[in-house]
Formats: sequence, C-alpha cells, structure tokens
Amino acid sequence: MATHEVTFPITDPAEILKLRAGDEVVVQGHIIGIRDRTQVRIFDQGVEPPMDLSGAFLLHTAPGVRKLGPGRYEKVCIGTTTSARMVRFTEPLGAQYGVRAICGKGGFPDEAIEPMQRLGMVYFAIVGGAAALETTQIEEIEEVAWEELMPECLWKFRVKDFGPLTVGIDAHGGSLYRDVQERARKKLEEIYARL
Amino acid sequence: MSTVTTTDLDGAVESAAAHLYVWALKDIPQDLRDALAAAAGTETSVPGQRVLQTILRNVDVAEEEKNLVCQDTGIAVYYCRVGEHFPLHPARIYAALKEGTERATVEHPLRSNTVHTLTRENTGQNVGYRIPIVHWAFIPDWDGLDVKCVPKGSGSENMSFLKMCVPADGVRGIKEFVLDSIVGAGGKPCPPGIVGVGIGGSADYAMHLAKEAIARPVGTRNEDPLVAQLERELKDLLNETGIGPMGLGGDVTVLSVHVEHADTHMTLNPVAVNYQCWAARRASAHISADGTIEYERDA
Repeated sequence: MATHEVTFPITDPAEILKLRAGDEVVVQGHIIGIRDRTQVRIFDQGVEPPMDLSGAFLLHTAPGVRKLGPGRYEKVCIGTTTSARMVRFTEPLGAQYGVRAICGKGGFPDEAIEPMQRLGMVYFAIVGGAAALETTQIEEIEEVAWEELMPECLWKFRVKDFGPLTVGIDAHGGSLYRDVQERARKKLEEIYARL
Repeated sequence: MSTVTTTDLDGAVESAAAHLYVWALKDIPQDLRDALAAAAGTETSVPGQRVLQTILRNVDVAEEEKNLVCQDTGIAVYYCRVGEHFPLHPARIYAALKEGTERATVEHPLRSNTVHTLTRENTGQNVGYRIPIVHWAFIPDWDGLDVKCVPKGSGSENMSFLKMCVPADGVRGIKEFVLDSIVGAGGKPCPPGIVGVGIGGSADYAMHLAKEAIARPVGTRNEDPLVAQLERELKDLLNETGIGPMGLGGDVTVLSVHVEHADTHMTLNPVAVNYQCWAARRASAHISADGTIEYERDA
C-alpha cells in the first residue's frame, strides 16, 4: 500500500490511475463541498452548477459555518457525511462534469465500481466523525453558491494536507468495501454454522 | 465535576441543557477514550490502524481547538430521571430543555439539522415539532433531576434495524439478526462504535431499549447475567466479521455491545438494533431541588 500526495483539481488523468484501493492519500489544493440537496438540484432539477467541476475532488459535507457578510463565511466545524445515500450521482458527475474524485465516509456500494473504472474516478474514504482535525486542514472557504440550500450549498474550500484518506474504490475495478463485505459474508456463514 | 447554583429552576434546566449539548459535542467521556485507545492497541490492519490513529488525533485536536469532535450536532436526545418531589413539572422541564438546545445552537453557533419531515425545510435552531427528544423515568421518594444529553448523529441512526423474530427463532434468531445488521451496515455508521440491542417488549419498546443501551458508558454490563453473557458473545462474534474501523477491514468492528431487555408476549420475540458511532457523545448533569447544577461528563 503506497502513500501519495495529489493536488486538485487535476488536469492529468494519470494522477488517478496510479492510485490503488488501500493506498493512503493526502490532498492539496481546492476541493468542492457537495451534499444530497445540492446534487438533487443539479441532476433531478436540471440546474447547472455555477462552479467548474472538471478534474474536481468532491467532498460529501454540510459544514458548520459562521456568516461574516454577503456570501462570506468562516469555518466552525467541517466534517464528512455518509456517501452511500448519493451513489446514484457518481456516473453523471464523472460523465457530464469530469469529476475525478469523490470523498466521503462509509463507502459506496458496488454499483459505483463500474462507472468509476470506466470514467477514471476514485472514491476516497475519510474518517467519519473526525471533524475537528478535518477543520484544521481546511484553510479557507473561498466560495459558496446556492446559499438558500444552507448548509447543503456548493462550497469551495482551499485545503492543506487534507487527510490521511484511504483509496476505497480505485479506477481499476478495485473496492475495499466489496472485498470486506465478501469476506464478512463468508465469515457469517461460518459463525451461523456453529451458533 | 463542576457545580453551579441558581434559584430559578426553569433557568437551571435551560442552562444545563445548553451546557450539556455543547459539552457533549466537544469532550467525549473517559470510558470512550480508553476504549478507542485499547482498539488502537489491538488493530492489525493498515487502513484500520490509520483510521484509529486519526480518531485519537481528532479527539486531541477537538480539545486543543475547543472544537466539536464531529460536525454532526445530531438530534438532541435527553434522558431525564425525575424525582417524585422535584419542584418543576416535566412539562416545564421539557420547555426548558428545548430553550437550552436552541440557545446553545444560536450562541455557539452549532449547525442546525432539524427539518420538517415532508418539506425538508429547516425548522430552526435544532428544535422543532417533537424535537428535542426526551426520555423520562420517574423516581419515587426523591427530589432531584438527572439529565443526560446524547446528541445522536444521523450516520449511525440511519443504521437502525428492527425484526419481529418469532419465538421459535429463539436466541439464535436474535444473534443472527444483530450480526447480519452490523455486517450490512459496513462502514456507514462510523465503526468501531457501540451496538445497542433491545430485545422483548413490543416493536416500539425494543427500539426504545436499544437506544437506551447506547447511552450507557462503554463496556458496562447488563445486571442480568444471561443478558451480560449475550453482550459479551455478540461483541466477540461481531469482531470476527472483519468489517473493521470505518468499514475498511480490520479486527475492531465494535467497541462494545450493550443489550437492554423487557419481558414480552409469549408470541413475540422482537429485536432492535440501534448503532452509536465511535464518537459516542454524552454528558450529564444533576439538578437539585434548590437549583444547584452538578456536571458529570462520564456518567
């Protein structure tokens, strides 16, 4: 299991291809915060997002913030939510907008594996609940769109040493979640046989 | 433990709620810190160890930065033990807990999570219709009030499961359902946490008991030796599944299993599972009849 540093947004798709499930990654640059209602607006209501998502790293979040002035916010506590609820947006995020990485907690179900492989995307696992640490790695909230969806707006954060993240699903068809589930199901059969 | 005295009982309960809500979110109890450190001491998987080290670092950073451990301020849940002679009626206690929850949310400020279930519109400052949620126990021959605040995050609450097993499924049916539920939940409820299991009673009461179970200090055992044995066995079996920290694979899937039970109908065998994430936040206060508040993090 290798360790990588990746700066987002990426311009070279090879950056994604070198990552393998289980690897450790630390992220620099800019990341985009997004959540359930944000993606419902883009895909179910057909509203174009007012931010460039090509090569982007998306974070499943609804941050706790303090308002400073019109469109200006400072961080209070920023953490990450459960990804599985939003798995159906994976394919269109990659195909229509060129998103290259999605980061959340708890993993994506197996339906994400094929589109991620086809479109050259990865899923990064963050440690859910570790928001105090995550907040220190977010340097600034640079932009916010769709404030009326607060806190499920579209956020642009500048980050430094964001992580450590674990590659949960890679762009080669690998998924830690699938492997762990397969092993656990086998183990359960064994356990049930001796109960 | 710290002590505050006030002569205004409504105000005392409101202050206690406001303080407990924020305190619980920032400063996790010692039993939980110990359990997390012990987990890091035994975990052998690389991603699992990475997760546990990050969790331990996060708990320290929360303390240094005086920030919340987790951004999910949850739904405020309070457990009240009200003495028969406590001078404030539970209707007033509820109103004061609600005021305190709102005050903490505005003053800190905390992220507000409460929405109308159909419109999904935010209803205000972590309060709303029937929110916060308060559980009551009434204690005879006593004039005190104990309040325990358990902010419950949605990641773990979404991993709640109920099955009406039949009597012929027996204890085996209970065990299989718990194992199946936790494996199915995978990394979503932020493992390793506390698995609360409620058995017996009725459908709603089993879930109520499961929720009560997660509010206990980590690793405490049920007074009934049969139930305590079930707790130990389920913990060992769950840690054989290899789900591991954040579902990335590893030795530590749960920190503890707590089971609460009630007697039930001869035709019923209900089993409910309520998960509590690794950030199993809770904080308590005792309020005396004269308005003195004593805070206790680890109760």
